Amino acid sequence: MTLPAFVQGAWFAGALFFIFGLKGMSSPASARRGIIVAGYGMLTAIAGTFLIPGLQNIGLIAIALGLGSAVAWLSGARVKMTDMPQMVAIYNGMGGGAAAAIAAVEFVKGDTHDLATTALAVLGALIGAVSFTGSCIAWAKLQGVLRKAVRLPAQNALNVLLALGTVALGLATVVLAPARPELVCAFFGLALILGLVVTLPIGGADMPVVISLFNAFTGLAVGFEGYVLGNPALIIAGIVVGAAGTLLTQLMAKAMNRPISNILFVPMAAAGGGAAVEGEQKEIGAMDVAALMRYADRVIIVPGYGMAVAHAQHKVWEMTELLEEAGVEVKFAIHPVAGRMPGHMNVLLAEAGVPYDKIFDLDEINGEFAQTDVALVIGANDVVNPVARSDKSSPIYGMPILNADMARNVIVVKRGKGSGYSGVENALFYSDNCQMLYGDAQPMAGEIIQHLKAMG
Amino acid sequence: MDPVLTLYIFMLAAVAGFEIIARVPVILHTPLMSGSNFIHGVVVVGAMIVLGSADSVLEKGIGFFAVALGAANAAGGYVVTERMLAMFRSKGEGK
Repeated sequence: MTLPAFVQGAWFAGALFFIFGLKGMSSPASARRGIIVAGYGMLTAIAGTFLIPGLQNIGLIAIALGLGSAVAWLSGARVKMTDMPQMVAIYNGMGGGAAAAIAAVEFVKGDTHDLATTALAVLGALIGAVSFTGSCIAWAKLQGVLRKAVRLPAQNALNVLLALGTVALGLATVVLAPARPELVCAFFGLALILGLVVTLPIGGADMPVVISLFNAFTGLAVGFEGYVLGNPALIIAGIVVGAAGTLLTQLMAKAMNRPISNILFVPMAAAGGGAAVEGEQKEIGAMDVAALMRYADRVIIVPGYGMAVAHAQHKVWEMTELLEEAGVEVKFAIHPVAGRMPGHMNVLLAEAGVPYDKIFDLDEINGEFAQTDVALVIGANDVVNPVARSDKSSPIYGMPILNADMARNVIVVKRGKGSGYSGVENALFYSDNCQMLYGDAQPMAGEIIQHLKAMG
Repeated sequence: MDPVLTLYIFMLAAVAGFEIIARVPVILHTPLMSGSNFIHGVVVVGAMIVLGSADSVLEKGIGFFAVALGAANAAGGYVVTERMLAMFRSKGEGK
């Protein structure tokens, strides 16, 4: 059917707004404007859709729209910043589910005509369904509902079998179109199970990469269903997100030093190993830490997820402000995978009020540690472990790290002795220039603040 | 739709996606992921089209499900992205 110009125009405008919105989101200064522009694009596209002549079930559409957006809006407005990754995961899964459901309706109607349309409908359904159940599992893991990584026996073989089975059923659906309902049902069932089974064994620390991957998946699924529906706005928005998400996934996997295939198929726990570290950890008190930083010229703070878990970011920023008043130059160094999502730490620091021009990437700041008096590591571990540069037998060898060990003094705030999620001993903690401040990040930062105030 | 023409759209959209993201600083990766998550919420438009032409109860049921999920994707994605980006400020701007 040919649609009137105002409907097509609304979709065109929507696609245009999305592109400009995303473009705006590529710089901190214009990012907020970017999302608002994209928001107008969405409203325009939805409004235009209501104007399709002969649109049925308008009441049902309105109820579904209201219901879905109200629930998501309320939950999104309340979620804590530390819980943001799982929220993004669940919204993303819903998008994937919607794409799969669109394909399902097309099959029920028997509306898919030529080979290309059927093939893309099936492909979109497969990817969307995997993204749907996979994202639900990702949410459950990060939310702490599912605590353990569940590894089924012969996991990899099972994954491959399931994937092959799903693809075979999908192919059958394409070839036999219009396929029998039982076949289509079996295809959807298997695709949903595939998402579950693939995601279940993946540990919480690898989830950021998985969420990003599913985000790209959903984008592709939406793009494919856009073709089935003959809607270029869906194609453009979906494929742009698919491509962007793929790139983002690669960047993250690289920052974690693990190829994507590795994350999906090899559990981190099986890695372990690496040379044992000789020496002793030296302890330091909060007062000495305060004095050390107060009379330093340059301080770099390396925050890790441990800081966020301890809700210490506000205190750390208060401490930073005191140091700056005393004339100390303070910067924040963020590893690309600090937090549970790339850039998550930046968001958490921003929430605490830290301006983004004090926050630096690994590449920007790594050269500066050598001229730094104090590197304060709070709740970070693997991302500052120098064995990643030196010990070839270590599982984290080759991972880009922050060179905190090159600072004149290193202070590590840590709850107790023990290794990071990779299970690798941290050679930094035993080096001569490193001292440990044991305790929860929040009370420790509080103590340092007290001592700084006393010093005036 | 013309399959060949669509292929070109696919290609150009993919290049646009890569180019837009390639220059984004790490600091924005989380909002960007959630922002792109919002943008594929446009799937709600597709779901509306499908529900808008649904006849049987089964079609209507699945279509309703699709619209609700798509709307949640769009609304949720927007709220969390906007909340995150509202927090970013530079030294110059007041607190």
